[in-house]
Amino acid sequence: MSETSIALNRFGLGGRSGNDPGPDPRQWLLGQLGRFEVRPKAAGSLAPSGQIVGELSTYQLTLLDLQRVEREKPPSPPSSEMSAKPSVSKDADSNYSQNAGNDPVNLHRRNGRLQARTHYGLAVTARTATAVTGNAPFVERLTHFWANHFAVSADKLEVLALGGSLEFEAIRPHVLGKFRDMLFAVEQHPAMLLYLDQAQSVGANSEMAQRAPHGVKLGLNENLAREILELHTLGVRTGYTQSDVTEFARALTGWTVTGLSVGRGGAFGSGTDQPKGFFFSTFLHEPGTRTILGKSYNDFGERQATAVLEMLATHPATANHIATKLARHFAGDDPPAPLVSRLAAAFLKSDGDLPTLYRVLVNSPECWVKTPVKFKSPWEWAVSALRALDTQQILAGDTVSLFAQLGQPVWRPGSPAGWDDVASAWVGPDAIMRRVEAAQRMVQRQGGQMDARARAVELFPGALSEPTRRTIAAAGNPTEALALMLVTPEFMRR
Amino acid sequence: MLTRRKFVALGASAIATAGYGAPMAFARAATHRRLVFIIQRGAADGLATLAPVGDPAFLSQRGALARDFASAPKLDSMFALHPSLTGMRRLYDAKQALFVHAVASPYRERSHFDGQNVLETGGGSVNALKDGWLNRLLSLLPPEDKGIALAATVPMALRGPVPVASYAPSTLPNASQELLTRVSDVYDADPQLHAVWAEAIATRMLTSDFAAGDGKNAASTGALAAKLLSAEDGARIAMIETSGWDTHAGQRGRLLAQLKALDVLLASLQQGLGALWSDTLVIVATEFGRTVKVNGTQGTDHGTGSMAMLFGGTVNGGRVVADWPGLSDAALYEGRDLKPTAGLDTVITSAVAPHFDLTLQRAAAKLFPDVRSSGPISNLVRG
Repeated sequence: MSETSIALNRFGLGGRSGNDPGPDPRQWLLGQLGRFEVRPKAAGSLAPSGQIVGELSTYQLTLLDLQRVEREKPPSPPSSEMSAKPSVSKDADSNYSQNAGNDPVNLHRRNGRLQARTHYGLAVTARTATAVTGNAPFVERLTHFWANHFAVSADKLEVLALGGSLEFEAIRPHVLGKFRDMLFAVEQHPAMLLYLDQAQSVGANSEMAQRAPHGVKLGLNENLAREILELHTLGVRTGYTQSDVTEFARALTGWTVTGLSVGRGGAFGSGTDQPKGFFFSTFLHEPGTRTILGKSYNDFGERQATAVLEMLATHPATANHIATKLARHFAGDDPPAPLVSRLAAAFLKSDGDLPTLYRVLVNSPECWVKTPVKFKSPWEWAVSALRALDTQQILAGDTVSLFAQLGQPVWRPGSPAGWDDVASAWVGPDAIMRRVEAAQRMVQRQGGQMDARARAVELFPGALSEPTRRTIAAAGNPTEALALMLVTPEFMRR
Repeated sequence: MLTRRKFVALGASAIATAGYGAPMAFARAATHRRLVFIIQRGAADGLATLAPVGDPAFLSQRGALARDFASAPKLDSMFALHPSLTGMRRLYDAKQALFVHAVASPYRERSHFDGQNVLETGGGSVNALKDGWLNRLLSLLPPEDKGIALAATVPMALRGPVPVASYAPSTLPNASQELLTRVSDVYDADPQLHAVWAEAIATRMLTSDFAAGDGKNAASTGALAAKLLSAEDGARIAMIETSGWDTHAGQRGRLLAQLKALDVLLASLQQGLGALWSDTLVIVATEFGRTVKVNGTQGTDHGTGSMAMLFGGTVNGGRVVADWPGLSDAALYEGRDLKPTAGLDTVITSAVAPHFDLTLQRAAAKLFPDVRSSGPISNLVRG
């Protein structure tokens, strides 16, 4: 690969008309740090998380009310039809199940799901449009990198509705800032608090637990505490113990979300005058001093966990963890140790200043090796394909299913660890077949009059192999040639 | 994969020249002889099609798969045809069917994709040749003689300098065959993608609908092929792709459906051709065979030696040709597969040359230039 091709494809998101790195590819990359749009146009009309949190809490309250009404309803007199049947077959009776599908509770659930899916679809489309049309593709790539580092998975209703806002509100504003600030924004974002069950975590000795009626189970949830240590900061097996996890979880109690906490429908803290979202409740907080990684933290309420996060944000293990992941993303699945060391040192020296790390990446020879070092993930592949076709309009609805079909539904990795950033996660027969099928569909939809032979040279300047060039030229017709271009070995890797 | 229900609906108007969608015109053909090449993609189990029931090791080696032949009438002292192949049996009795067993192409690895490449190109190894032996055969025939593929696009065996038509179904929901073929080309030199892609193609073949519809697809394919070959100015060489032969699991049931479909296809081809059947040669072949022993999922895995079949009015049939290697453990190729004792290239040359009145040397040199042939098998086909 030429340096121009590396800048476009390995650092960027693939070529697009008008995206010429010019004579100095490194300068082109670093220049993007000044051009990045925190609030891109495509995301302009997305609902802010506060609004979505309000919707979700109203939804929950209504659901509880409806369920109570259903419970308290006197059993309806059996119709003659129904009574003619033995009661054991009631569930299997089609009339009965049809009625069940239309009862107010189910209807409400369905509407809630629909609303959440709408938020999700709009956010996926905004993300894709920004990636495909944006003119700071290197920083867009980094945004995706961090969103995957701080992954939520849109499997439950709350995260389906809020998942996109985490990236737009907590990642984008800090992708060119300090790691600490991004960490704080993420851990206090309602999507994360709800995804990792922090919103429902209650200290055993909190007022809330003390006052809970007999038989009501309230207690500590360690999920967020554990994943902050294991995934977001220090990294797995870096020396912290179960006791550190539990103590951190106790310190985090009280970090919750307005209207989506514990109590009756989680309505707790949902005063109408209060901004919706992160909320600290002394009522849920476990009192007392905590000891984490050998250091004790006095109880300052909300700021107890904040102090722990401050410590984690600049911990050497965190520096090493972040350095390793960044190096893996730009220098190959087995990141070169010297690059990791330089990045970790830069992280500690700059107090986690992210642009400092990006400059190290751009100026490291390990990131400019001539052979491709990464196999594109489905997201990377599809975005680069849409860019290659100069796609102008990203249609809502198309994108959600496109990424699902390719095997990487956006914001749905299924685990807080996010998607794997190694080739073995993505190189599979079915996965490649799906790319070929998707390429054909994309080209049929928007290939236009593009000449694949000329286009391929622009996309991979000085990096197009002779066999690839020949095969594209030999294709039976222009659309086939374009589809073929999108799945060439050059296009699959970066 | 390529014999689809759509065949019936679209008919001959959908025939188009390869790749460009222009209608095809057939010139007046110079020969009356017809050749149909049926490829069994996925490695068909020759031992379960034509079983060596007279081999002392047969029962012990084949286990549950031997059960299909418990009451199958024998063709000779050694071989019995799968009981579902009633049409083939009738052709055999009419001396219009001939089976050659323990056959293989020069390919000795076990990748479908590579095996089919060798079978179709007729080369000595994978990608050694860039065109197909059927296309080269066309170049030996008068220029009026046309070839056609009953497939969405032209398969490798028919690809080459001589223009060839292919049946083109309407836009597929999946990637078009042509694109898949190009992708194969572009991954050729890329070991990682080549391996993954080969597997993708093999998997795709498993989802074939060749045997679907209780033989209706197969019957319409046979009828369509007959129609295309019958016209005075129609094609003289046709290739039919069948898939779904990769029976790694539950082989008995799956193979039964596959064999029935093949039998039906053949019967409808014969019926459609009518009197022309006497001028017709049908060659059925697969890329390689399957393991002699049954695997843990009541199927068989990729092997080596398989069989080839010849049908039609020009065939000197009613016999099985085999230099039988035996099924005992010691006799197996690499301790697992039927050892090939005849070259598939030899079988094809020996059948095609007299059929089209070509000299054996000329046909062999053109069709299989890389293969050192072991000498022709005489009298397979009448000149």
